[in-house]
Amino acid sequence: MITQTETLPTTACATCPAFNSAQLRKLGINTEDWDYVVALAGNPNTGKSTVFNALTGLRQHVGNWPGKTVARAEGGFRYDDANYKLVDLPGTYSLLSTSVDEEIARDFILFGQPDVTIVVVDATRLERNLNLCLQILEITDRVVVALNLMDEANRHGLKVDERHLMRQLGVPVVPMVARRGEGIPELLSAVRQVVRGEFAVRPHRIQYRDLQIENAVNNLVGQLDARFPGLPNARWVALRLLEGDESIEHALAEGTLGDLQRGEAIKSQNERMTMGVVGYGD
Amino acid sequence: MATDTSANDILQTATQLRAQIGGEQYHDKLMEAIYTDAAQIADQSVSREGQRSRLGFDQLLDKALTHPVFGFIVMGLMFLGVFWLTIAGANIPSAILSDLLLGTVYGWLHTLATALSFPLWLSGLLIDGIYLATAWVVAVMLPPMAIFFPLFTLLEDFGYLPRVAFNLDRMFHKAGAHGKQSLSMMMGFGCNAAGVIATRIIDSPRERLIAIITNNFSICNGRWPTLILMGTIFIGATAPPALASFFAAASVVTIAVLGIFVTLLVSAFLSRSWLKGEASVYSLELPPYRPPRILQTLYTSIIDRTLIVLWRAVTMAAPAGAVIWLSSNIYIGDASIAGHLVNLLNPVGVLLGLNGVILVAYIVAIPANEIVIPTVLMLTLTLGRNIAGAQAGVMMELDEGQVYTVLTQVGGWTLLTAVNLMLFSLLHNPCSTTILTIWKETKNVRWTVVATILPIVLGVGVTFTTATIARLLGWV
Repeated sequence: MITQTETLPTTACATCPAFNSAQLRKLGINTEDWDYVVALAGNPNTGKSTVFNALTGLRQHVGNWPGKTVARAEGGFRYDDANYKLVDLPGTYSLLSTSVDEEIARDFILFGQPDVTIVVVDATRLERNLNLCLQILEITDRVVVALNLMDEANRHGLKVDERHLMRQLGVPVVPMVARRGEGIPELLSAVRQVVRGEFAVRPHRIQYRDLQIENAVNNLVGQLDARFPGLPNARWVALRLLEGDESIEHALAEGTLGDLQRGEAIKSQNERMTMGVVGYGD
Repeated sequence: MATDTSANDILQTATQLRAQIGGEQYHDKLMEAIYTDAAQIADQSVSREGQRSRLGFDQLLDKALTHPVFGFIVMGLMFLGVFWLTIAGANIPSAILSDLLLGTVYGWLHTLATALSFPLWLSGLLIDGIYLATAWVVAVMLPPMAIFFPLFTLLEDFGYLPRVAFNLDRMFHKAGAHGKQSLSMMMGFGCNAAGVIATRIIDSPRERLIAIITNNFSICNGRWPTLILMGTIFIGATAPPALASFFAAASVVTIAVLGIFVTLLVSAFLSRSWLKGEASVYSLELPPYRPPRILQTLYTSIIDRTLIVLWRAVTMAAPAGAVIWLSSNIYIGDASIAGHLVNLLNPVGVLLGLNGVILVAYIVAIPANEIVIPTVLMLTLTLGRNIAGAQAGVMMELDEGQVYTVLTQVGGWTLLTAVNLMLFSLLHNPCSTTILTIWKETKNVRWTVVATILPIVLGVGVTFTTATIARLLGWV
């Protein structure tokens, strides 16, 4: 699929969104030899599958109702000389409950250690969508927020200040109308900036405003740091342990958690989570 | 084992700290903190331009479509309309297709086989077995599916399905099941295997099991064609010609609605017996109505649904065609293998208001419901070949009128047979793909067996009852 010859860009081209979008090569289900893994997360019915289809050229079934995607779907795309594997996660409102779809999403973001997680956010229902977004930012700071359904927000007379949002969340925010392909070039360039470390992410941290909780968390983070130096999300793990989250306790006892500090969880996780793609007749 | 001790130390500390910060409250405090931050950020980032909004129309539409009484009426009319369009629209293309595939092309293939001097068994197996079974599936399934799927997808794209789920939610709650089961049920109307996977959105294992076990009562792709054909040639035929397709559509909708009732009844039974418990509370989001993208919907529903489903049917039909042809042409004693099987099952079939051929067809069709009708026709023609003038195991060129003639004259079918076939199509074991999916999702042999056997038990019970009543009343 990658047989086309490269066109040499001029300097002017490089800054043009149209050219950058043209640099996108949809690889369909071909996800071999990826350089980066990108996860797509978000509330149900915000357009994750639409973004997925726009980037991979696949036609994952898209329907206007929540709960359409329950398993992970995978596809690939090539952008700016790098191959990306894109994983469409089930839509969830939160990562704190116990349903299978939430566990799939959470486990992938935690153990799959994607290079970037695109959080697709419904601009017309920002507050509720941010609940999930903030929870994801606690697990990983390599996040790009796709502020989707901007057309519907406009129709409803809502104006979203994406610059303010970007400052508050500390990660790139890209306004989009995925259904019409608007914002895809900007999204791709934001993803590239984050994987290359060109965007200085300063992720929002949730304030618990409770001295007891903060002390308990700090206490545990100290122990976790001593046991697993360099664990990227010690604070989040501490919060889950305080909650008595069984799967995290299990990961700690089993040592899977330890793999996170070395980035070794990716491989085993990908082997463990080869769940099928939901489709008709397969 | 220094590592383990260390991990255990952390776990112990966590347990101690948990007791200090007060278990239950802790979770609430976390949620509160998240909500507070989210509200603050959203509040600062979003401004409302005046009060101009189109929410008014959406809300008005929602009031109508989710109205306790009116909502159900609209639902009924909507689905009736979809099936009426499907049945009325599929008539002509179906006739053209069967004329082409089962007449012209079939004739050519035989001429070609003779020219190449194929031995009889080879041309029989290839053309009368494999080709005809495949051609039948295409002719019977393609036209209705090419109309039904785009219509259904348009409704889905518009945002109607969550409203249906919302309407049904109250009933599921009363049945002690999870409201989200209405969503996995909707998914089951496409494919039960996909519906079973869709139950992952249900948190509680108890309610998820109920949803998995009852998903089979959603009529799937493979069963719509059987219902549509039976509705058209038997039920529709009882009405005056002008109303024929309306009656046909109504009979199909009746079976689908019956499926929803069975789903609720079985859910209620399970949640009061083996899977006792309270229904959990959840929130269902009604997405905004979106203008459907007609061209894109047509394209994706034809490529992604129609052709994929058809392809699956064809890959199942080809080997099945070979099996049917062989079993009809290999003789043991005085009858073919198929003949023996049909004779064996016939007494049971008759008791259920069906016949041996239908039961054999349902065994052949375990891998895919799509091939029930082709198998029924092929076997009926084979076993009564002297009357129809066909060779053993040959499916003839048949349009709908002729299908009716073959089934009634050769097969001895009555209206009862057709009605009971429709009922049995709703109430029988899931296809093998779905059974496998149930096992993968539950990892439990017992529940997989329950999900497989329960519908058959119901099917046998219901068809036996209708057959007995019809006989007692002297209708057949």
